[in-house]
Amino acid sequence: MNDNDKKKKREAKAYEKYVKNFTPKPHYTMNILKAFIVGGSLCTAAMYVQNVLTETGVSKEMAGNYVTVGIVMLAQLLTGLGLFDSIGKFAGAGVIVPISGFANAMVSTAIEYKKEGPVLGVGGKMFTVAGPVLVCGISASAVIGIIYWVIGVTG
Amino acid sequence: MGYVYTFLIGGAICAIGQLLMDATKLTAPRVLVIFVVAGAVLQGLQLYEPLVELAGSGATVPLPGFGYVLAKGAMEGAREGLLQAVMGGVKAASGGIAVAVSWGYIVSLIFSPKSIVR
Repeated sequence: MNDNDKKKKREAKAYEKYVKNFTPKPHYTMNILKAFIVGGSLCTAAMYVQNVLTETGVSKEMAGNYVTVGIVMLAQLLTGLGLFDSIGKFAGAGVIVPISGFANAMVSTAIEYKKEGPVLGVGGKMFTVAGPVLVCGISASAVIGIIYWVIGVTG
Repeated sequence: MGYVYTFLIGGAICAIGQLLMDATKLTAPRVLVIFVVAGAVLQGLQLYEPLVELAGSGATVPLPGFGYVLAKGAMEGAREGLLQAVMGGVKAASGGIAVAVSWGYIVSLIFSPKSIVR
């Protein structure tokens, strides 16, 4: 590494420090409290709907599916209407960590790249965030499945 | 009593996500990936099922719940055969994935970036 590179690196570090002085520190306690309350409420509402569905004779598994699908569809519709961002700004992880955040990420990235066309723009960019989640999640499940299969065959 | 656990566990998982996003440089997509894989691994170790039994939606609605469904499906498929073990995860989560993709596509085609207020 020559002196020029070293100098550049030093400058970059100094700049990072300089920027840090002006970046507002997140309000940890407040943000966590909001995420806790909104996230908890969302889960409780989902549980209530699931219980009502089960009482009307829907199987427990399907009731869970209906609730998941309902949250996904609502979150995506709110994203399209431009309301999800306002909710997200207040609740943070409270709506991003539940399945609604996954659904929101698909639509928000797709709409942003709409100019690139319905196939590569909307169809492709839908998976900017959802792609990694699906790839990692499905791969993990396949590995776990294979491990259990091996245990089942050998043990 | 069930609802109390649903609220507490669901809220706690979201609070952990918020802490990860604020305190570390992890961006939201990375947090989502970590949570899904964590849910799958915990279920693989048979640690997530008790949480679901206790908290219901509090454990299944947050993203680790998605990983849990994937892993649970794979573990059930593993009893039938190797291919079923690989298929099982997607099969169990297919409802959510199919709706998220198709409904998300329709919504994205209908609405324009202008509708998103920044």
